[in-house]
Amino acid sequence: MARRDAMPRPDAEATDRPMIEMIDVHKWFGEFHVLRGISLSVGRGERIVVCGPSGSGKSTLIRCINRLEEHQRGRIVVDGIELSDDLKHVEAVRREVGMVFQQFNLFPHLTVLQNLTLAPIWVRRMPRAEAEAAAMTYLERVRIPEQAHKYPGQLSGGQQQRVAIARSLCMSPKVMLFDEPTSALDPEMIKEVLDVMVSLAVEGMTMVCVTHEMGFARTVADRMVFMDMGEIVEEAPPVEFFARPRSERAQLFLSQILEH
Amino acid sequence: MRPLAAESGTHRPALPRVLVQARLWLWSNLFGSVGNTVLTLAAVAALAAIVPPVFTWTLSNAVWGAQPAAACAGIDGACWAFLHEKHRLILFGRYPFDEQWRPLAATALLIALLAASAIPQLWRRWLSAAWISGLLAGGALMWGGVFGLAAVPTKLWGGLPLTLMLSVVGIALAFPFALVLALGRRSTLPMFRAAAVAYIELIRGVPLISLLFMASFMLPLFLPGGVTVNELLRAQVAIALFTAAYLAEVIRGGLQGVPRGQYEAAQALGLGYWRAMAFVVLPQALRLVIPAMVNTFIGTFKDTSLVAIVSLTDLLLATRQAIADPLWRPYFLEGYVVIALIYFGFCFSMSRYSVFLERKLRTR
Repeated sequence: MARRDAMPRPDAEATDRPMIEMIDVHKWFGEFHVLRGISLSVGRGERIVVCGPSGSGKSTLIRCINRLEEHQRGRIVVDGIELSDDLKHVEAVRREVGMVFQQFNLFPHLTVLQNLTLAPIWVRRMPRAEAEAAAMTYLERVRIPEQAHKYPGQLSGGQQQRVAIARSLCMSPKVMLFDEPTSALDPEMIKEVLDVMVSLAVEGMTMVCVTHEMGFARTVADRMVFMDMGEIVEEAPPVEFFARPRSERAQLFLSQILEH
Repeated sequence: MRPLAAESGTHRPALPRVLVQARLWLWSNLFGSVGNTVLTLAAVAALAAIVPPVFTWTLSNAVWGAQPAAACAGIDGACWAFLHEKHRLILFGRYPFDEQWRPLAATALLIALLAASAIPQLWRRWLSAAWISGLLAGGALMWGGVFGLAAVPTKLWGGLPLTLMLSVVGIALAFPFALVLALGRRSTLPMFRAAAVAYIELIRGVPLISLLFMASFMLPLFLPGGVTVNELLRAQVAIALFTAAYLAEVIRGGLQGVPRGQYEAAQALGLGYWRAMAFVVLPQALRLVIPAMVNTFIGTFKDTSLVAIVSLTDLLLATRQAIADPLWRPYFLEGYVVIALIYFGFCFSMSRYSVFLERKLRTR
């Protein structure tokens, strides 16, 4: 089966291998060197919170993991599949990696249920009835099954973001990426989204979150990654990171966001 | 002048409710201010000047029915006898007279299919089957040569069926091509982008008439001897290619209106380029540009009248041929008024339908 050889398959035995491995990754936007030699390894079931001042490259970093951005140097390997120009590899990675965006990015012309079943039906080739049943299960998990037949525009921001999380889960991803999932929400809706994320973490999902929610980071993260100017400045367990940040830049950042 | 309020009944005999409402309406819509009153009076004067003569011309002074041209001489009204005499020529051109039930049936079939396709409840799989069988049946009716129908060469086709066919088939062929061009123009691959840009700019930079001329007179020069392409087909293809260039730009406008995050979300779900376009981006993009697309369609419908330049007898040329009869020549206005109404009927229906569709597809 030549096709199978061409398509790198994650072998189930290699559970000791990291889920995501980034080795000396560089990226430029034109002249602007946005990622400067990022090396990061995320183990299976590990929860990483990436923080840092705006413009530090955190969003770009996680967008490289499912190749919404291309890196220009270094290697990124997700679940044993290396991201390269080969579209087959890219699509294989995207099938295994879920992503939640700051702006939700639900499809406004489709109902909530259709948003959830689109990819399972067309990418996973799941029969419609099965996809709908699975979608309802996930909607119950994010506690909005009653909204299944509404359109995204009829939901509140918090509800939309929970639908977006459910939509990603419907593809049974091995990793979830969160790109500032609560930054566009009104304060009273942040908790309902964070609750869903915490429950995912509790169930053992591998997660990489870019967020400013330090309370969430403290509860959930196995490791904090602090970025500044396109580099990873500090990596530490949250207790250590919040209590004794080693770098000056992390100290400054923490003092700024924890002040109020 | 003061608007009547409900309590006015206390010092006046109570008016029936309808009258009170009518006076309120008049007050608020027509005579509310000096400016409004002036405008209202001016409009009334204009209507008084226009409506009675039009009425007299079209109806009271008109000559109706099967009358010789002489009956219209010297009258101060419309000579509808002209239409009685020539309507078959206007509607069906030079299609053999005794066979004209065939283009009539084909036109009725086409209009029925269009009407059915306009109803969202009927957007089912069988509708495409209906279109395929409808087009086959229509083609069989027009061409003949099967089921004992006499063969009628395309150069005898004409009138309304020709106009409808050129526009409907032209739009149907142009649409998929325009999608490809619009996507090509936004492609990240320089070769596709350059090809799409070159095509669109080249075709848009040339009048349709010159395309029709080229298709009719230049194309045969480049084809090997003995190979001929039907002139109707050549005009049809020219119309489709021309419409596609305009439609592509309209669709590109729609694509630009869909936020980038939509495409990214589809990519992140693993949908890939084509499925992301088909299920996520294009449905939103096309919805955004319904008015502009209908604008293009209406333009195409009216532009089909240019095929007269390559001797295809569309609705307009057929009318001109009817007027060319020396006996009826004075009554050209009647002919033009009627085909203007036909064109208007189709264009206005398209325009209203676009409004309906926009409202129907508006996401809540």
